[in-house]
Amino acid sequence: MTHGTSATARTERSASASKTYAAFLIIGLVLLIVAPAFFYPIFIMKLLCFALFACAFNLLLGYTGLLSFGHATFFGGAAYFTAHVVKEWGFSPELGILVGVVGAALLGLVMGYVAIRRQGIYFAMITLALSQMFFFFCLQAKFTHGEDGIQSVPRGHLFGFIDLNSSTNMYYFVLAVFLIGMVIIWRFINSPFGMILKSIRENEQRAISLGYSVARYKLGAFVMSAALAGLAGGTKALVFQFATLTDVAWQMSGEVILMTLLGGIGTLIGPIFGAGLVVTLQNYLATSQFPVTIVTGIVFMVCVLVFRRGLIGEFYASRLGRKLGFEHRR
Amino acid sequence: MAVSATAMNEEPRVVLSARGLSKSFGAFRAVNRVDLDIHHARVHALIGPNGAGKTTVFNLLTKFLQPTEGTITLLGTDITKTPADKVARMGLVRSFQISAVFPHLSVLDNVRIALQRPNGLSTQFWLPTSALNRLNARADELIEAVGLKRERDALAADLSYGRKRVLEIATTLALDPQVLLLDEPMAGMGQEDIGTVSSIIRDVAKTRAVLMVEHNLSVVANICHQVTVLQRGEILAEGDYATVSQDERVRLAYMGAEEA
Ligand SMILES: Nc1ncnc2c1ncn2[C@@H]1O[C@H](COP(=O)(O)OP(=O)(O)O)[C@@H](O)[C@H]1O
Ligand SMILES: [Mg+2]
Repeated sequence: MTHGTSATARTERSASASKTYAAFLIIGLVLLIVAPAFFYPIFIMKLLCFALFACAFNLLLGYTGLLSFGHATFFGGAAYFTAHVVKEWGFSPELGILVGVVGAALLGLVMGYVAIRRQGIYFAMITLALSQMFFFFCLQAKFTHGEDGIQSVPRGHLFGFIDLNSSTNMYYFVLAVFLIGMVIIWRFINSPFGMILKSIRENEQRAISLGYSVARYKLGAFVMSAALAGLAGGTKALVFQFATLTDVAWQMSGEVILMTLLGGIGTLIGPIFGAGLVVTLQNYLATSQFPVTIVTGIVFMVCVLVFRRGLIGEFYASRLGRKLGFEHRR
Repeated sequence: MAVSATAMNEEPRVVLSARGLSKSFGAFRAVNRVDLDIHHARVHALIGPNGAGKTTVFNLLTKFLQPTEGTITLLGTDITKTPADKVARMGLVRSFQISAVFPHLSVLDNVRIALQRPNGLSTQFWLPTSALNRLNARADELIEAVGLKRERDALAADLSYGRKRVLEIATTLALDPQVLLLDEPMAGMGQEDIGTVSSIIRDVAKTRAVLMVEHNLSVVANICHQVTVLQRGEILAEGDYATVSQDERVRLAYMGAEEA
């Protein structure tokens, strides 16, 4: 009996949650559509790129439980690939981004294959070591132009006729990329594959005993996460029209961890807010004399101490959040 | 006694066997030169005092632990070096002593996870979860068979301990394995569930092999064809329940364990 009622209550709550989700989704979409009227488009485009990057990272940390310290490789690597093929080989922007995505996925396959069988801190260390190797490769390789990076990358024409040099066109293109990325993540999490990932996170031993080769599922999630980080990185290269060493450096890997933790691990939209907070802070502080890293460090510490579940995670777990029908998993 | 006569008359076929199975943890020898033969259509009990090495034997047979010495053969194939997930796919599926369910998933989802792989529905990342609904009919059958119908949509974490064990049996059966290894399947269960699970095991064993660790000796007497007694990692006695329960050393081992 008690189980019966708790199950019904759960179904009702999740029904109300999906209503709330739909409402928030529509509000969010409207805000994003009208945003260029109120903010610098380039600022929101940057924010969207990092938001997608953080969500891609969260696919791994939040839904697979793997802490990668090498995600800059996929973000920055894709930026280089896209910038190179668009500038030197005259690829169209959509094809250029696709090259970035495929390149990042291949890098993800290699890094994932080497790292996936390690646990916890060893996994993080191996991903860090491999991404440092990639950093030095980018420093030395010819096509990346070392310290200069690849400059003045043309944005070109989307599908041959939409001029991306118009910042309005570019903005809606980036918004479309962001939304496509989010839909892919959402589908991935809520798919048969996603169910197996969930079961592995819940009880890895049991998943093995049911015959699942856990390493392969984790590798699948790793490659997907890398590809989506590449989608964000390739797009960013077109937004700023350059690709540099900053995006493959270890600090970038750290930043995306920060964004994800700030927003809320394992929540679909948390990392968007985490990225928003970090990017806004950086933009704001860039013009003041405060040292950016110290301030973000302090914000991070405060958040870890006060909002342990991250901003969105805390909101879900709060009285208001629960009233609206959300449920936090951990 | 209650053991089915037809099963006893069939020519027993060995489906799982171990020879000289040993496992050392550092200097400590938890399992020492164990030989075991598990037969098709038989329920085989592994009993012995706490710390005798029963769970370790399970971990070795299912390859969750690598044996220090010895060989294991499953359905004619040497699996001594085979990884655990592959062994499961070959038809040897275990349950755990500490109940192993997916706590934040519903009972239905728990069973469906087990059904996903054999039904080729575990790698599709582009399909919605509603694609799994075609597993519902089979999942509901299994849920009903173990008597969990009322709790179908409850979270596994909200079930009582005994009901979690029942759910674990349902997920194990979902794989339709040739050989089942059940580690204390009835521990913490109420009398009603013990009855249900006993008859399920007996039923299942008509066409499969079952090896179970069980402390409830009346259950062992009722449903097991063969009993192996383990003590300090070694086989102390083997035979049917009547023979083994008369064995002086077994009685001593059990009395000793109770006193301690
Ligand atoms: N991973 C391990 N590392 C060290 N010792 C272990 C390990 N697993 C089991 N043991 C030891 O092996 C012995 C047998 O344990 P176990 O197989 O769990 O016994 P049983 O299931 O018969 O109660 C115990 O003394 C236990 O402490
Ligand atoms: Mg045990």
